[in-house]
Amino acid sequence: MSETILATHNLMKSFGALRATDDVSIDLRAGEIHALIGPNGAGKSTLIAQISGGLRPDAGRVMLMGRDVTQDGTATRARAGLGRTFQISALAMEDSVLENVLLGALGAEGRPWRFWSRATGDEDLRARAMVALERVGLAGDHDKRTSELSHGQRRQLEVAVALTLRPRAFLMDEPMAGLGAGGSKRLTGFLDGLRDEAPILLVEHDMDAVFALADRISVLASGRVIASGTVAEIRADRAVRTAYLGEEA
Amino acid sequence: MIPERLVTLAVLAGLAGVALWALAVDQPFTITLATRAAILALAAVGLNIALGIGGLVSLGHAVFFGLGGYAMGILAYHAQTYTTLDLGPFSIAGSKSMPLIWLVAVVASALAALLIGLLSLRTSGVYFIMITLAFGQMFYYFAISWSTYGGEDGLSVYVRNGFPGLNTLDPIQFFGLCFVLLCGALLVFARLRDAPFGLALNAARQVPARVETVGLSPLRLKLVAFVISGAITGLAGALFADLNRFVSPTMFSWQLSGELIVLIVIGGVGRLMGPVIGACLFVLLEHWLGALTAFWHIWLGVILLGIVLFARGGIVGMLTGKAGPHV
Repeated sequence: MSETILATHNLMKSFGALRATDDVSIDLRAGEIHALIGPNGAGKSTLIAQISGGLRPDAGRVMLMGRDVTQDGTATRARAGLGRTFQISALAMEDSVLENVLLGALGAEGRPWRFWSRATGDEDLRARAMVALERVGLAGDHDKRTSELSHGQRRQLEVAVALTLRPRAFLMDEPMAGLGAGGSKRLTGFLDGLRDEAPILLVEHDMDAVFALADRISVLASGRVIASGTVAEIRADRAVRTAYLGEEA
Repeated sequence: MIPERLVTLAVLAGLAGVALWALAVDQPFTITLATRAAILALAAVGLNIALGIGGLVSLGHAVFFGLGGYAMGILAYHAQTYTTLDLGPFSIAGSKSMPLIWLVAVVASALAALLIGLLSLRTSGVYFIMITLAFGQMFYYFAISWSTYGGEDGLSVYVRNGFPGLNTLDPIQFFGLCFVLLCGALLVFARLRDAPFGLALNAARQVPARVETVGLSPLRLKLVAFVISGAITGLAGALFADLNRFVSPTMFSWQLSGELIVLIVIGGVGRLMGPVIGACLFVLLEHWLGALTAFWHIWLGVILLGIVLFARGGIVGMLTGKAGPHV
């Protein structure tokens, strides 16, 4: 079996009486795309927040590259190799496309404490940023103000920023959200190739994309993992069909 | 629309030109006004780093302005009374040397900014505004009750402090000194804004969550910005005290903190020349309208209202027409 890059062990998180995360153990292995699906309110966002570092679990552990990162903040986990994209694009809208990607390159190098040299004039940073933009097909738009980008381009830029980090694992929160059929298909093709670089924990509503991409799928409902397995297994699972896919079994 | 570079050159040339013209026609008071504008601009350039790039609405920047002022006042007071300043085991002589006073002002302000920043940057939004305001009020009332250095009455310095090779009592020479420091601060602002630090800080203002997910700490970025910002405003405070040859608790007042914000908003938040244009306009209105009515702030309010409603980029935004920060 290939190496486990990212894992949660028995994560628990409650908000008052609501168990948002209930004993969740999932793992992400090298070379795979592991999709996390579930109806609205299943606790996907809460789980993502605990994995990325924005929220501390009440109990359980988060392991990254075999290291316990449960008590680490978001920035520390990012430096340890976790590359995250957001469901709603979190980009500096006033800045240029290039500057957004430069920020990623800057974070990856861990050298923001330079006060006198031009960020856009640093050849290393710039090269790293342009490579990421080329890969998602935004190199031609690098001078544009980010707020001028279309929704689909912003999704691509989200991925580009994560790419500059050269992470060991990707955590992608609905990268297809709001994309048209064409855009969704293009991004699916791109993510398909990305898994060899670093595995992807993919939270996604677009079932076509999930079934096309995922090596494994875990289904979350009411904070619990109710099923986990290959695409074929999940398609066949009665509990999943009733609970989530909305089909009469 | 006018290129931003041209606006920068025109404003700086205009400010220096007014002072030189006043020298030619022998109007020393006009030179003093230009000096006042340059110093207020310097203070606001400092605030613009925290406010404009970092998005930190500090209603306590008068703390640094006042600390700079009192650094000058205290050192000069001990020099002119031939007494020493006793700090526990240390006994320090006063000083009338501007470079030394500036150094003390900058270091004191930077340290204060570090402490205030550490405590206040854990909050954001209206809480950050309130906590910085609270620090400002603490310093204000401390200065009022500190009778050693004049308390409420403030502290007069009889002769302006000296700078090697210059006669600082000559208005145009003192203006030149302030103007050069202003240009230096503008250079720092411009370089810092375009540097990796500025890029990260600017992003931390817009999307702190993103900055964290690339492995950087928004808190640290903002703290460093706050310290640099406070240090520059502190330097302005020392100059302001030297301009008036007088220090008083009003340098710590929250109205001053508010005025610094107002003049940045009028000039253009996060814009290089925003604070300079705002400061010049402020001093002009204060002088012209202030001669007509004690309620001249009303007209400042009207201008502010117009800018906020119709020109979010401030006057610089109107002139350059380019989308910039905070728009």
